[in-house]
Amino acid sequence: MSATQHHILSVLVQNRPGVLARVAGLFARRDFNIYSLAVAPAEEEGFSRITVVVDVASTPLEQITKQLFKLIEVVKITELDPRQSVERELLMATVRTSGVGGGGDNRGAVVELVDIFEGKIVAVGAEAVTVSLEGHPDKLDDFEDLLSGYGIAELQRTGRIALPKLDREARLRAVKGKAG
Amino acid sequence: MKITGAQALIRALEMEGVEVMFGLPGGCILPAYDPLLDSSIRHILVRHEQGAGHMAEGYAHVTGRPGVAMVTSGPAATNMVTPLMDAYMDSIPMVVITGQVPTWAIGTDAFQECDTVGITRSTTKHNELIMRAEDVPMAVRQAFHVATTGRPGPTLIDVPKDVLQNKMDWHWPSDAEVIDSLPGYRPNVKGHPRMIKEAAKLILASERPIIYAGGGILKARAAEALRELAELTGIHVVTTLMARGAFPDDHPLCLGMPGMHGNATAITAMQKSDLLITLGARFDDRITGTVPTFAPEAKVIHVDIDPAEQGKVRKPDVPIVGDAKYVTQEIIKAIKDLLQGGATQADIGAWKSRISGWREQFPLSYEPSEPGEALKPQFCLEKLRDSAPEGTILVSGVGQHQMWSSQYWKFNEPYTWVNSGGLGTMGFSVPAAIGAKVGRPDRTVWAVDGDGCFQMTAQELVTASVERIPVKVAILNNSYLGMVRQWQEMFYEERYSEVYLSPELPNFVQWAEAMGCVGIRVDSPEEVQPAIDKANSIDDRPVVVDFRVDAREKVFPMVPAGFSNDDVLLPASQNDRRSALK
Repeated sequence: MSATQHHILSVLVQNRPGVLARVAGLFARRDFNIYSLAVAPAEEEGFSRITVVVDVASTPLEQITKQLFKLIEVVKITELDPRQSVERELLMATVRTSGVGGGGDNRGAVVELVDIFEGKIVAVGAEAVTVSLEGHPDKLDDFEDLLSGYGIAELQRTGRIALPKLDREARLRAVKGKAG
Repeated sequence: MKITGAQALIRALEMEGVEVMFGLPGGCILPAYDPLLDSSIRHILVRHEQGAGHMAEGYAHVTGRPGVAMVTSGPAATNMVTPLMDAYMDSIPMVVITGQVPTWAIGTDAFQECDTVGITRSTTKHNELIMRAEDVPMAVRQAFHVATTGRPGPTLIDVPKDVLQNKMDWHWPSDAEVIDSLPGYRPNVKGHPRMIKEAAKLILASERPIIYAGGGILKARAAEALRELAELTGIHVVTTLMARGAFPDDHPLCLGMPGMHGNATAITAMQKSDLLITLGARFDDRITGTVPTFAPEAKVIHVDIDPAEQGKVRKPDVPIVGDAKYVTQEIIKAIKDLLQGGATQADIGAWKSRISGWREQFPLSYEPSEPGEALKPQFCLEKLRDSAPEGTILVSGVGQHQMWSSQYWKFNEPYTWVNSGGLGTMGFSVPAAIGAKVGRPDRTVWAVDGDGCFQMTAQELVTASVERIPVKVAILNNSYLGMVRQWQEMFYEERYSEVYLSPELPNFVQWAEAMGCVGIRVDSPEEVQPAIDKANSIDDRPVVVDFRVDAREKVFPMVPAGFSNDDVLLPASQNDRRSALK
């Protein structure tokens, strides 16, 4: 799956039961798979922000976006262009350190890999460690690929969250303001 | 003073101006039926919950007010799914109240429990499960607000039994509170002024314009504005299946119905047009035929209150999101401004002569039956039409009889045609006719039904008899699922599979009489007029006329599925002149 097919929708909704089912239903109806989904309360009380990543062509997505907007509880939808947004995701994985087939000890190698990626060791067991990494989803992809060589027992990613990039001038104004 | 959730529900319905509701009680909705005894609201007790839903739709169709239905949980709620979807497809304002098992039992697979909000999520404009008695008034207000504003549609409130029983402090939310509670719901009514001006310019510049009027004209109560636009510009109007009556059929500018079974002129005029002035229509597949070949030279002005309709099927040159009445009036103003400013309308004379030529050469036609031969369904409809009292409301089911009804009736007044367009719900007509008659007791209401459709919901004639709702039903009985038969004849080499019902059973006259109606059977052309006269003279009970019609009769013209509108199939008698359709 190439990353360019990804479309990121940021959907601001009223935080009410059933909203997620309504949103997901519009994709399921067309047999479109949701690649990842992250939901949590937004800045204003009573609202949540849903970040949904889907792999669809642009034309049906435009139609789905319009239909999403028809949902009574959907307040705002933004399609985020990956080049114009900042994205983050969190990964946790439990990795075997006793080596594949019981031979060898990979703990040092796994710890080194986590260090290189600036991740964290969350828990340590006799034969496994649980590690975490936060960052751009592409970075997490690389990390996951490299970890998989050691034998991943369990892995969970949060699905990406994203916000629009601040434009350069707005960013600099903010910095100047602080400096002044 | 505290009142129960059930009392609050009924009071809220009264506050919303509900005069009549259709329903059937059961376990979980029981508490709501008790305060109903003391209410001003008339309740019509149906024989099947689907009937309640279609009655509410019929009522809404002819009155413009939301139809209301109330039923219990579980199977009653699932029986309501079809009317909800029907109303959703045809943008009918309807509010449905369902009972639900008590809050503490939800999710336990309790008796008559089902996930009503889950099941109806995609068949309603909005639905809501209410978990506290104090939330009842706001939920009712929201349901009516959402159902009747923007693009109308059905809403559902699911009320658990204990919520109906619990006490609450009555509070009637203000308009502002309702609107504040729905921050994501702000229908756009006005349309963009620049687009409206753009539309006016395109209209004046067009040499081959057509007004493509859809059901949105009726929903927006824009028939007068439509007429003014047509008469101001001299542009012909096609009225879709959902818009029949939105522009008078006897008006010289009316071309009637386009689409799969539209007349050849309406189909071809759209096809050859250079501008489709689309008002509250949605480029349904039954209108367009194959989309890439549809009206290939036409620019499109698309006025629709639903932004999701813009560009869904056909990319508009001028999209206008707004209320059809408001926007049409604004377009009229903009045209008048342009004309006063010295602009002139392009000459559409040549185009109008072409249209007149098609109308002369391609009228709707069928072969009258020879003496002794079976009755023609179109003949029955013509007689029904010519004998119908002023203002008669026609309600149809789905299939051949529906298409003939739309083709052969003369709809000269809005809100006199009720049918199931989008969903195509067989069995719609009997209950919808009952709802229509309840909404307009001053009018004659004729249901035109097929024998297949009739057998799906006929039991509601018991409701009609008991409740003294004197509807009239004309069954065009060909003993077949006629439209399916037509497709099997034309596209499956006459291999008739499971379409033959029975010429003997049921005995429709006896069945009608068993339900308290007058039953009349008609076999020959001479019997048609007397039977219709008799039916029209009866006003104290429902009437069912069983017209035994020719099963071989097919609906023409026809644009078969997957065909271009250019390849419309004409009645055999017009095939020799088809080259004139260009």
